[in-house]
Amino acid sequence: MSVVRAEWIKLRSVRGRLIALIAAAVAMVVFSVFSAAGERRHCSGPTGCPSLVVGPGGQAVVDSYEFVDRPLAGDGTLTVRVSSLAGAQPWAKAGLLITASTEPGSSYAAVMVAAGHGVRFQYDYTHDVSGPQDPPGAPAARWLRLVRAGDTVTGYASADGSAWTRIGAARLSGAAGVVRAGMFVTSPQNADLTEHPFVTSGAVLPTLATAAFSDLTADGAWPAANWTGRTVGPPDDSYPVLTGGSQRLGDGSLQISGSGDIAPAVGGVEGTGVTIDHTLAGGFVALILVIAVGTLSATSEYRRGLIRTTLAATPRRGRVLAAKAVVIGGSTFLLMVSAAALSLVLGKRVLLANHDLLYPATVAAQARVVVGTAGLIAVAAVVALALGVVFRRSGAAITVAVVAIVLPYILFQALPTGASEWLLRVTPTAALAIQQTLPVYRQVAIGYTPVNGYYPLAPWAGFAVLCTYGVATLALAAWLLGRRDA
Amino acid sequence: MAGLRKRFGATPALDGMSFTVRSGVVTGFVGPNGAGKSTTLRVVLGLDTPDAGWALVSGRAYRTLHRPLCHVGSLLDAGALEPGRSARNHLLWLARTQGIATRRVEEVLELVGLAAAARRKAGGYSLGMRQRLGIAAALLGDPPVLLLDEPFNGMDPDGIIWARSLLRSLAAEGRVVLVSSHLMGEVQEMADHVVVAGRGKVIADAPLEDLLARHGTLEAAYLRLTRDQVEFRAGGAA
Repeated sequence: MSVVRAEWIKLRSVRGRLIALIAAAVAMVVFSVFSAAGERRHCSGPTGCPSLVVGPGGQAVVDSYEFVDRPLAGDGTLTVRVSSLAGAQPWAKAGLLITASTEPGSSYAAVMVAAGHGVRFQYDYTHDVSGPQDPPGAPAARWLRLVRAGDTVTGYASADGSAWTRIGAARLSGAAGVVRAGMFVTSPQNADLTEHPFVTSGAVLPTLATAAFSDLTADGAWPAANWTGRTVGPPDDSYPVLTGGSQRLGDGSLQISGSGDIAPAVGGVEGTGVTIDHTLAGGFVALILVIAVGTLSATSEYRRGLIRTTLAATPRRGRVLAAKAVVIGGSTFLLMVSAAALSLVLGKRVLLANHDLLYPATVAAQARVVVGTAGLIAVAAVVALALGVVFRRSGAAITVAVVAIVLPYILFQALPTGASEWLLRVTPTAALAIQQTLPVYRQVAIGYTPVNGYYPLAPWAGFAVLCTYGVATLALAAWLLGRRDA
Repeated sequence: MAGLRKRFGATPALDGMSFTVRSGVVTGFVGPNGAGKSTTLRVVLGLDTPDAGWALVSGRAYRTLHRPLCHVGSLLDAGALEPGRSARNHLLWLARTQGIATRRVEEVLELVGLAAAARRKAGGYSLGMRQRLGIAAALLGDPPVLLLDEPFNGMDPDGIIWARSLLRSLAAEGRVVLVSSHLMGEVQEMADHVVVAGRGKVIADAPLEDLLARHGTLEAAYLRLTRDQVEFRAGGAA
């Protein structure tokens, strides 16, 4: 403890080093705010910039589809046969849906045929349950059934309309009284993208799917009303859609064409919004400054011969190294937590003022991003310190620290996805995963790539990779410090 | 210490260096460049590990000492300072490592005459002031043993006179005081006992009086004793 206090006096009594640490914190806030200010959304349409659709779970969602529905006042059952579904997108969907209201973002449950993914039961945007597997030579026709009892909706599927398999059930929120129930069709956007170093170019285009429904039966508390066709979705173009519609065919079946998706919103170029890590871009500048300070806190002692005074005062050399790591890591962490929290608060304001759609994140996720980003920078400072002890010269130590920590940070944005994901598994930059707030959803087919904000490792697993480097470099430094002449 | 051996690559720095320093007197430690004086001090302080032999301070290995600065005060290199740090802060962090109170920092600053300059950056100090700061650091723990490497370098005559009397009075208090120096005149003025080193071992270990009786001056004794030991000497000087 006394050695920690001594190292703290060392750090605070060299004004240049203290100023550099504080400058790193200030730079983080300034560059983060500037970077957020650079993310300005321009909308040329007559409705201006679209607003965010938020689902019942608090996530940003997409809620656009063609719906032919009737009000359902109490308990009831809806059964239908999807006789055909034509659409290029594997996640084009056609089926039955019960929703609390047709306002975008409402709570819902649906049983459906997905063009390339079989029968599914989905509810409240983020939940996806796979139905019975197709037997070999899958049937062209699927029978679907949705049963409402109170606020619970249960989905069934059948190959022949007589033997039913229950897939799943969901409790809807805000669905105590009259709900809307009926048939829906939707088809997600098609992304045609080319990855360049640092940039992805291309277009995200809407698609249309068409399905035929037959043998519709409705039992239960259905007030007298006609089946009504409508396009559900936000009035603005937050998700690219084509015009859908519905018509009665000659054989008595109902044909519905729909465009859009009922799913969680995604990050990156295929999403419409930005995630909260876009408020922390200045962390990169802080990282570089802190690496320099961390290295110098070791190498300056070697350069001046002061290391002999230090080790004569504390002959147990491991303690000296530990104290230095605690002081440089701890002070960096405390400064960076404040800087990251301030960057987040200010950056959010700037993004919203720029009409950017900021995806909501839970308080726990935001805290994890702020604490994790500060931790990332602090551990990097400790790695730099250890490298300073290993190399004893600023030039070599800073070079190695930059190559190990900063270079992968730049490279992963320039390399193809495969190489980029490899870098983000094995280099200290894996810790960036701590900033990911959007989960991967299998029911939304996009490029879950690092440049889109999806990292190959889980948040704390990525952070653990960096910590492993920290422990390994500290161990090497301790070993060398112990056996070498001072 | 006994039988210290140490090689740096192919060059033997210590080749069986052995001597004992008594308390209560100032011991001068002299020898040509490369004789192993600084290496010996670093080995004593646990900074360098000898290939063979051992060095004990008050009967114990330095590295096993708890609060070592309260057992041994040392000055190896007056330039070993962070230029941006003040003298006071330099002593303050040293004091913290030993659990020494801040009051003692003020005391030693007063003792070496740096109280007025204590809050200035050490980078602006003259070499003489750095030597005073180094002596202050050595005295911080009020240790019974003092090891000082070239403490007079860069000191003005007033400083040298001050340092000489300080070291004599510290020895008179019963401490072990070992001072390495190239200034034979200074050592002759101050030391009671002299260890002459050459090529990593002790050539002479005798009371000053004995050396003076035999050679007249310490300088003459030094030149005679180290004639075959120096690595570089201009022609004719020997």
